[in-house]
Amino acid sequence: MIFSLAVYGAPFSCQASDSAYQFACALLEQGHRLHRVFFYHDGVYNGSTLATPPQDERNIPTSWSQLAEEHELDLVICVAAGLRRGMLDATEADRYEKPAHNLEQGFTLSGLGQLVEAAMISDRMITFGN
Amino acid sequence: MILHTVNRSPFDTNCLNDCLEMAAAGSSIILIEDGVYAALSKTQFTDQMLAALPKHNFYVLRPDLQARGIQDCIIDEIEAVDYSGFVTLCTELDKVVSWY
Repeated sequence: MIFSLAVYGAPFSCQASDSAYQFACALLEQGHRLHRVFFYHDGVYNGSTLATPPQDERNIPTSWSQLAEEHELDLVICVAAGLRRGMLDATEADRYEKPAHNLEQGFTLSGLGQLVEAAMISDRMITFGN
Repeated sequence: MILHTVNRSPFDTNCLNDCLEMAAAGSSIILIEDGVYAALSKTQFTDQMLAALPKHNFYVLRPDLQARGIQDCIIDEIEAVDYSGFVTLCTELDKVVSWY
């Protein structure tokens, strides 16, 4: 079965990111396909490569990145929600003449259409709100 | 039928109430994150849950119960499942609606 997830909560603020991550691992374990994880609202912070929790704590952006590499996942951050909150890739940093970019490997910035497309393609769409 | 997820404590928000008012009879409801507090057996919300039990299939996410140390204090009739069981419920039911 094809799943997609929508994550609306910021890591380290509420449990949405952790729940979505555990759910993603469980569905992949069962042999289902994960078409896309879409990060919206404060969920965009899941993609910050600058998140630096203590070394003995889980690092949520890194965990997503590793899972994406293992399973070739499509991790999409809403570009409008992301830019507002300072989530930039190299292209956007260049476009807006910002001194840095901070998108974790495996994440991409894209439009809300990707959430709609994910809902159309997938058999199940699960939202993890905050 | 629909699987509803509820992730907020009934002590904090009206999330559970909204879900119970909208969910059709026979639908399934899984309590996750702080929503698991609704499964406690001796609170002001227990009677409401007991009244709703015959109308819906209730589940509660075991790892979230354990994280809060309340796995031994829940209403007997509510089935505890792990993430794998949560995924299976999503596949068995037609749609998933999240209340948060």
